[in-house]
Amino acid sequence: MAKQADKTAPSVETVRIKVDGKEVAVPKTTPDPITGEPTPTTMIQACKMAGVEIPHYCYHPKLPVAGNCRMCLVEFGLPAVGRDRKPVLNKDSSPQIQKMTLPYEPGTPRGAIACATPISPGMEIYPNSAATKQMREAVLEFLLANHPLDCPICDQAGECKLQEYSVEHGRAESRFAETKVHKPKQVDLGPRIMLDAERCILCERCIRFSRDVAGDDALGFVRRGAHSTLTAFPGRSFDNNYTLNTVDICPVGALTSKDFRFQMRVWFLKETPSLCASCGTGCNITISSREERIYRYEPRENDAVNSCWMCDAGRLNYKWIGRKDRLARPKRSGRAGVAWEQAIPAIAEHFRAAAPKTTAIIASARQTTEELYLLRKLADHLEAITDSPARMGEADPLLVSADKNPNSNGARLSGFCFTEMGINLPKIAAGIRSGKIANLIVFGEDVTRHGVDAALLQKLDFLVVSDVLPNQTTKKAKFLLPGCAYAEKRGTFVNAKGRLQRFLKAVEGPGEARPESEFLVELVSQITGEKYPAGMEGLFNKMASEVKAFAGIRWEDIGEFGVDVPI
Amino acid sequence: MPEEYRLILKYADEAGYGNDIACYVEHGGYKTLKKVLSMKRKRVDGRGMMSPQEWLREEVKKSGLRGRGGAGFSCGLKWSFVDRLSGKPVYLICNADESEPGTFKDRQIIYKDPHQLLEGMAIASYANDVRLAYIYIRGEFVEGAAILENALKEARKHGFLGKDILGSGYHLDIYVHRGAGAYICGEETGLIESLEGKRAYPRIKPPYFPAVLGLYQCPTIVNNVETLCAVKHIAANGGEAFAKLGTPNNTGTRIVCLSGHVKKPGYYEVEVGKVTIGQLIFHKNFGGGLCEGRALKAVIPGGSSAKVFKAGETFLLRNKDKKAKPKKVALLDLPYDFDSLMEAGSMSGSGAIIVMDDSADIVEALSNIAEFYAHESCGQCTPCREGSLWMSQTLRRLSDGNGRQRDVDDLLHIAQNIQGRTVCAFGEACAWPVLSFVNKFKDEFEERGLQNERQNAEESTS
Repeated sequence: MAKQADKTAPSVETVRIKVDGKEVAVPKTTPDPITGEPTPTTMIQACKMAGVEIPHYCYHPKLPVAGNCRMCLVEFGLPAVGRDRKPVLNKDSSPQIQKMTLPYEPGTPRGAIACATPISPGMEIYPNSAATKQMREAVLEFLLANHPLDCPICDQAGECKLQEYSVEHGRAESRFAETKVHKPKQVDLGPRIMLDAERCILCERCIRFSRDVAGDDALGFVRRGAHSTLTAFPGRSFDNNYTLNTVDICPVGALTSKDFRFQMRVWFLKETPSLCASCGTGCNITISSREERIYRYEPRENDAVNSCWMCDAGRLNYKWIGRKDRLARPKRSGRAGVAWEQAIPAIAEHFRAAAPKTTAIIASARQTTEELYLLRKLADHLEAITDSPARMGEADPLLVSADKNPNSNGARLSGFCFTEMGINLPKIAAGIRSGKIANLIVFGEDVTRHGVDAALLQKLDFLVVSDVLPNQTTKKAKFLLPGCAYAEKRGTFVNAKGRLQRFLKAVEGPGEARPESEFLVELVSQITGEKYPAGMEGLFNKMASEVKAFAGIRWEDIGEFGVDVPI
Repeated sequence: MPEEYRLILKYADEAGYGNDIACYVEHGGYKTLKKVLSMKRKRVDGRGMMSPQEWLREEVKKSGLRGRGGAGFSCGLKWSFVDRLSGKPVYLICNADESEPGTFKDRQIIYKDPHQLLEGMAIASYANDVRLAYIYIRGEFVEGAAILENALKEARKHGFLGKDILGSGYHLDIYVHRGAGAYICGEETGLIESLEGKRAYPRIKPPYFPAVLGLYQCPTIVNNVETLCAVKHIAANGGEAFAKLGTPNNTGTRIVCLSGHVKKPGYYEVEVGKVTIGQLIFHKNFGGGLCEGRALKAVIPGGSSAKVFKAGETFLLRNKDKKAKPKKVALLDLPYDFDSLMEAGSMSGSGAIIVMDDSADIVEALSNIAEFYAHESCGQCTPCREGSLWMSQTLRRLSDGNGRQRDVDDLLHIAQNIQGRTVCAFGEACAWPVLSFVNKFKDEFEERGLQNERQNAEESTS
């Protein structure tokens, strides 16, 4: 971050201001979150650059400014200007700073909302002054006046900004002695969203997100004053594909996910940085899990990929990971089961004896780049024909990619398939039909849905299948090797735009299931005689040294946010 | 002897004066517009060549006209802020959302002399290169809206509006837009939002100053009905003539709305600063005094949001030339103008004087006002939304016999936490009555709390 600032500093006009007594130079303009146009840098942005976080509810760096919560009110001062329009100087010739006060009550400090007030040269911001603290305390007191304070049963508890700021900036005692306003509770806003209007602090974040980011002007307020209530447009369900982002940005427990509500107290959840695998966008996510069970996905901010958002379909596409019918034990057809220690050598033995060009490998572009790389190495040794099925669907203007594989580019760059995916599938089917291909290795696809039907599979001498869930192909396998879902292992994907990103392991795979790269290293080593590192870091680095697009990249370089690679 | 000075309402109450265009033209109407539209560029001493538009804007500046809607901001200055180089159209909006409790002056103009407003708007539009202007009228003025619609129709028919007005090549149209019954629509940026078809949530300033980013994000002028009528008279007689009326920095005439416990409530047009509050209440030409046997208790001098004055209060006013010593002025001797009332700690606001005699229950009166503001708070920003209802609930409790002594302190705290911290001036509008009533009549509020507590304690023990 600091490196980047140094690089751009000479070309950006800066303004010198003081934050809490510390002088800082900040860019005069910053890009508008929606249009990208340069807009005057605001106090809240400048304070953040100076390392000072101003508490806020309605402000969100990725949304248009609303300025309604008033939590970010700060006391501030400006260089005094005399009647001659010239700056007034102190005795030491430094500019005299005039603290802003109410025009009609000159003794009372006037705060400015940091989220909307542009900085100006010489401005002084006092984020920790007594007056600023009093303003925050007052706003919190107001926000809590009609708040139900039902924290014990609120899903937001533990990650609630009302709770957090109450601890940091609030009063211990309430002066409010009146009857609280009652508003609708358990309002079904849409298929995935529940509203508790009493908890709502009317910050408008959800409205702005829906209107300005998701392009669906579906939410609004009705009624007035303290009776103001959030609602979906009359007669309409709040059901676009991005509704769950409103739950993320809701600073309180007003909007809850029907999928997550009442499932788990958030403080028990373990967070793992990962990726969404539902399409080629590769939205960065945080997987929340507890005791090897996944409870929710949330978007993880990455401006190069998904900003702070993800689609509802991707977010909710995790339930299959915990399915009861997951493949959990290696199998050998005709037998009750087989241990990994027997299965891998048995398969290796078969392929060491197999004639060249008698093998085909079909692997999904849902597999990790490392797995596809290992399969490529195996294919080279066996002179096998390889391919990955394409998986195309509809795109949307925001995040959803038409490519429904998370790693099409990983499959291409590792050399496992051609740019046009699936082009070899008919050849493989023909090869099996003609008897030229006697061995088939399948990873993560039901090939019966891609032109290699059950009758063809029947013709094979040797079918090795690795997958996570049972299907028509797994049924026919001579050797069935249970693999792991991406949430259960480490690896990389290359998204549709050529972003190489890595994901970490959130939960354990079921039973004896193993990450594919782990057993592939053993299998490929035993067949080819070449050694491969057993750990993910080493494996990735070896791959990167061989795959041109990854040249010079090491596992640690990928970091939390990934790197661009040429596609 | 203090008298009315009728400039804007000159003909309005004359017998036989109707609101049709024939009557208006007969009384010299639209002459000023004609004059303005036929003006050529001319050389002005010390200013070089001036277009008629520049000349008009200059005259408005010279006139010292201050906005009659509530804030009393200089009209010439407001016009000078308009971004004329943006390449965007400039809009003029007439704020006819007269909603401040106690105020009923704009409706006199709209109902009785609508063409005067239209002529004022046409002149103001011409002065600011406006091609499209709106009249935002409060929803409750159903008949007023119909009168304006009819007047617009007449004016278009007579060529005072529309394309190529009076052969001048200038095009202007004016539309009437009816509000839906919300006080906040009188706040200029709330009005603009409402006019755009949205909820009337006032905009944050910065960045949304109407003069730069107003209606449809274009430069926009929002002026009050009475202000726009004054523009007509400034254009007719010149800025200097207008400035001669009233007192320095408080020029022209003002329509004062007098209500409450006076014998003759009503509207009175006076020269600004030439009449005192005492005269307005007691003189036979105006309020004519209180009911027999009653004494003055309180005066709200500028609509219900203005800080209340307590009978018998005195103020230290700076002298006009600012060099002489401040002088002590009693409430009743306070000149009714912008500056004196501001110096006395309140404001002339919308020109509405509400008089309360000693029969008024001050707790109930404030409770009533607070209820209005709690009802009208738009709910956008936290302090006003939560604070206005909180104050209203507390006052209702106090007024209904369930008060506590500590309510006085709580009310003051709440009000102080609202003022100056909200998106728009509604924060002040709801905080000021509470701050002033409670501070100035503290004994009554405290006494009520104590009484309530005692009574309730007795009831619970008996």
